[in-house]
Amino acid sequence: MPVAVALVTLIVVTWLINDQFLSAQSVKDLMLNATILVILATAQAVVLITRNVDLSVGAILGMVAFSVGAFFEAAPQAPVAVIFVVGMLLGGLLGAVNGALVTVAKVPALVITLGTMYAFRGILSTWAGSKQYFSGDNPASFGRLSVETVLGLPIITLIALAVLAVVAVYLAFRRPGRDLYAIGSDPDAAKLFGIRVQARVLLAFTACGALTGLAGVLYASRYNSVGALTGSGLELDVVAAAVVGGVAISGGVGTVVGAGLGAVLLSTITSSLTATRVDKFWQQAIVGVLILAAVVVDRVTAIRRANKLRVSEARDD
Amino acid sequence: MTDTATRRQSPLPQGAPTRPSALRRAARRPDTMLFLVLVGVVIAASAVIVNFATTVTLGFLLVGIVPVLLLAMPMTLIIVTGEIDLSVASTAGLTSAVMGVLWRDTDLGIWTIIVCCLLVGALCGAFNGLLITGLGVSSLAVTIGTLALFRGLALVVIGDQKVSDFPADLTRLATQRIGDTGIPVVMLGVAVVVAVFAVVLHQTSFGRTLYALGFSPEAARFVGVRVGAAKFWLFVVSGAVSGLVGVYWTLRFASAGPDNATGLELSVIAAVLLGGVSIFGGRGTVFGVVTGVLLIGTVTYALRLARVDETTLPIVTGVLLVLSVVTPSALGWAREKRRLSRLTTSSPAAPAAG
Repeated sequence: MPVAVALVTLIVVTWLINDQFLSAQSVKDLMLNATILVILATAQAVVLITRNVDLSVGAILGMVAFSVGAFFEAAPQAPVAVIFVVGMLLGGLLGAVNGALVTVAKVPALVITLGTMYAFRGILSTWAGSKQYFSGDNPASFGRLSVETVLGLPIITLIALAVLAVVAVYLAFRRPGRDLYAIGSDPDAAKLFGIRVQARVLLAFTACGALTGLAGVLYASRYNSVGALTGSGLELDVVAAAVVGGVAISGGVGTVVGAGLGAVLLSTITSSLTATRVDKFWQQAIVGVLILAAVVVDRVTAIRRANKLRVSEARDD
Repeated sequence: MTDTATRRQSPLPQGAPTRPSALRRAARRPDTMLFLVLVGVVIAASAVIVNFATTVTLGFLLVGIVPVLLLAMPMTLIIVTGEIDLSVASTAGLTSAVMGVLWRDTDLGIWTIIVCCLLVGALCGAFNGLLITGLGVSSLAVTIGTLALFRGLALVVIGDQKVSDFPADLTRLATQRIGDTGIPVVMLGVAVVVAVFAVVLHQTSFGRTLYALGFSPEAARFVGVRVGAAKFWLFVVSGAVSGLVGVYWTLRFASAGPDNATGLELSVIAAVLLGGVSIFGGRGTVFGVVTGVLLIGTVTYALRLARVDETTLPIVTGVLLVLSVVTPSALGWAREKRRLSRLTTSSPAAPAAG
């Protein structure tokens, strides 16, 4: 995987320049910064693999993160586990709205989720107004999730890794997971093959929504404040992370592990630039170059593979 | 009235294909319907909202839609060919940053700088076009990358600085109205741009080519269309127009910075799709897109004037967009269902499908 090589190179080079980069505290910060993007990229990859895209994830994350604040305001004594269920249900519901619109209207997900992105964001803004919830408003045990560590790993990072592992196994070994790849490679062929395409795409969007909801809950735990603008513009970072991680935007190709690595790479770049004292203004340009490199590498290998196939077929004749 | 009455009594067998008159066909076109919606919204807003039907409104509304309207023109052509350009707002941002730095740090005249800015935009577009047509990477993937890259370069060029001391006569011109009409002077230029794009798309063989491309690239190649060249130049033009928008944005707000026009690409695409351009390519008109831009602009402005909370306004764009794409599909689905049920009732002995 090119993304793994890029990530290791980045970490090693940064460490050679600044040996504080891999100190315990710095590593913990790196993991905390990557956690939420990893979950979001995992969720997005599930949808991208079916040759769809979900641009409304930033709005869904904002909606869930804000509802966490509202929930704890209404029920300060509620157990922390409940908010995870509520957040994932809310996210799943919003994802299902996307999925239903995409499968019913038979319009590309790009258009539908662009629309729902505005709609969800608008609903959140109307609900939130200028109100903000701060981490101090939440139960202390909720905030500790992003401070305390187990075996050196922050708890929310462990949650992200567990999610990544479950989704990876499901996509690789379970029937519905394999179906998603079939649909992304060729929707018509998948349909002829007897795959219930609409149900599976609906499943993918619902799962993406639910996981994004989980990311929203963790966001509320990790960051100091949530409000109407939480998560704005995040959708492009998420798609970028998945694409850099080798998930093809044209569907059917890539793994959630790759997407997760892509997310870690993107969030590590920011820290690396600070650690190596490179002008912070270069960060976004580098992200852009990485995305382009990923799509170009993907394209060039596809062309090579096609040529090789043609040559071997010619020999067989 | 008499027309429908005679038609009902006509001896034609029921369900026989009657060719509707040209007027009726025009009335049924999606962009005509959208235009009627726009007219309805304008009438309703004028009746209900105080101060809506004024030249002041017209002025602010038109000044507000200039960037989206300009960017929507090349975007229409690009989406008609089945491609997309997500990098337009970042290109405008980069242009704005370049304009600021050139004005602050060099002795170049403002007009030379503006020409340089248009060139920068065109170069950005050419970069997109090369990757898309040269390597055959999907335009969605490429322009997501350049969306980040060009915005990043804007930051590299100008940092977090702002440049604002542009010549006052130019910044004034950006919002100046024609006499008492309320119509901004720049609208004349915008109208020329829109007209050029309308003529190119609807009246030239190049325009017909674009529809053919969107419909079926293979077929287009077979009939001798130079697919790569056509797409490449579309992206160059898109970049140049984005550069123009960057210049306008800078002058209008008298401020060059790295974050000008951020996020505008999604508003542009929303307006183009609302205007009836098919995201699959091959369908859409400049008239429909102009109507779409005006509709979003008018509804948003009317609600703002009615003191609807600013933060609620995105819902309008979102719902309009979803409705505009779901409605035709839903209607088509209902029609198909009716046709199928008619088929099954007329031939009950026919074997079930599958």
